[in-house]
Amino acid sequence: MLTYILRRLLLAIPLMLAVVICNFLLITFAPGDPVTLLVGDYPAPEEYVRQVRAEYGLDQPIPVRLASYLGQLAVGNLGYSFANRVPVFQLITQRVGATLLLTLTALTLSSIVGVLLGVIAARQHNKPIDLVASAGALVGYAIPEFWLGQLFILLFAVGLGWLPSQGMRSSRSVATGWADLSDVAWHLVLPAFALSLRYLALITRITRVAMIEVLSSDYIRTARAKGARERSVLLMHALRNAAAPVVTVIGYNLGFVLAGSALVETVYSWPGIGRLLFESIGKRDYPVLTAILLMVSLTVVIANLITDLVQGWLDPRVRNA
Amino acid sequence: MRNLIQNPRAFGSFMVIAFFLLMAFAAPLLAPFDPFLGGSNSLQPPGSGFLLGSDHLGRDVLSQVIYGSRASLLVGLLAAFSASAIGLSVGSVSGYLGGWFDNIVMRVAEFFQTLPRFVLAAIIVAVFGGGLFKIIIVIALLGWMQTARVVRSQVLRLHDAAFVEAATQLGASQFRILRTHIVPNVMASVIVTASLDIAAAILLEGGLSFFGLGDANLISWGGMLNQAQPYIRQAWWMAFFPGMAITLVVLAFNLFGDGLNEVLSPRKHD
Repeated sequence: MLTYILRRLLLAIPLMLAVVICNFLLITFAPGDPVTLLVGDYPAPEEYVRQVRAEYGLDQPIPVRLASYLGQLAVGNLGYSFANRVPVFQLITQRVGATLLLTLTALTLSSIVGVLLGVIAARQHNKPIDLVASAGALVGYAIPEFWLGQLFILLFAVGLGWLPSQGMRSSRSVATGWADLSDVAWHLVLPAFALSLRYLALITRITRVAMIEVLSSDYIRTARAKGARERSVLLMHALRNAAAPVVTVIGYNLGFVLAGSALVETVYSWPGIGRLLFESIGKRDYPVLTAILLMVSLTVVIANLITDLVQGWLDPRVRNA
Repeated sequence: MRNLIQNPRAFGSFMVIAFFLLMAFAAPLLAPFDPFLGGSNSLQPPGSGFLLGSDHLGRDVLSQVIYGSRASLLVGLLAAFSASAIGLSVGSVSGYLGGWFDNIVMRVAEFFQTLPRFVLAAIIVAVFGGGLFKIIIVIALLGWMQTARVVRSQVLRLHDAAFVEAATQLGASQFRILRTHIVPNVMASVIVTASLDIAAAILLEGGLSFFGLGDANLISWGGMLNQAQPYIRQAWWMAFFPGMAITLVVLAFNLFGDGLNEVLSPRKHD
């Protein structure tokens, strides 16, 4: 297992470096003066522009520029956002919590419900419940999450008035402790469900297919023949073996949830990275855009690494391959 | 072909696709109003002179939905076509050559597949500028991986097939073998993947337009949803119909891909 972990780590490092270099190339080869991408299209003081030119060595050949870029990243300098008048790093750390809350809630929700639905559908293969679940998964996968967000607002916020539709907290809320926590949870309901659906559909579909395959195998027949209880057959024998593809889909699609989160956050004015992306596109605040790109790609590399490790832990064949 | 008509999934979804294609081609004939022309009748609910209501500038929602099919289908079809062409070339060469080249290409494809395509596309379009043509290229460049992986695995399977070996023995060049013997045999799976790619490209275009990054000269469903957002409390119809259109088209292409897969692959699929 240890060699497997090391091998995976060694693979992840060049990938991270490649991500950083791609980001650098994007800045370097974008149309216009590269300094615009480092400063943004927002009026910045001439002094600062000169400082950035020097820091990133923009008058130097490309390899030197790459080295300066890596140097700036190494000390955590992601640039300064003139549109917001704060360093980009600070801007991102302010926003990352809200996005994590939203995406992790959606991820947990869709994984649990998706696996459950998939197992039930597979158990009832070709019976009405299975057909409904499969059709639902197909439709759910076709609905754009941002439109679903709008529909939820129409139905639950405008129509029924049950839930709030904008922001993460009630405006002018001074609540602290439990009251604040429940206020946030209240605001989280609609965006989390809107973000979950497509992912839920995907997980349901994958779990169902994996379980159908596993349930028809010999060791399941053996388990049933020896008189194991149905619940134990399903959970201990079948799901354990169907887990590998499901874990892969859950882990490898984190990027999918992050992308959806950008759209859903925009619909609900959720103060996270996605909303920041939307605002920064409008303000042509390029340093924020490239920082988000870098951060999101690195997050995906790490998520893939964790997925591979979980898979290796679940399935000895993977780690010994 | 007959199998295709007999498969209810493929046939039903094909009819929906044909309906939207017809809508895109005949938009000027079908639309009751000029979709760009505003008027004083803003935010009218469905029925009252406007079948699906009017938007904040008094434009007819139905006419906009009809014209919007053009942007979605154009981007979806062209982006998926380009992505398939890239995927087919990369996948067949990678699978045929094998070795370290294949190894690296597949690693890259796998990684690109896990990146959030929407975030990438949005940032690239924001930095390099929008326009229909660029959007299609960006979506295609971010969408070739699945085709490449499918093609590669098929090529690996065909590589040792008797008819390929026979061609090699007869002295056919590698390129000729790829072109005349291998590529025709993987086309079926390329077409299936392309159908799913069209759906993904339409969703991606919808998201980009929702972010205000669509082609400003074209009406698009995503763009309509963007404009509906501030009026969501006054005019549900501005958001409801364009979103419904995206969902229907995406569902149809996904189902069509599934149906084709059932028809084309001899193995019984679930």
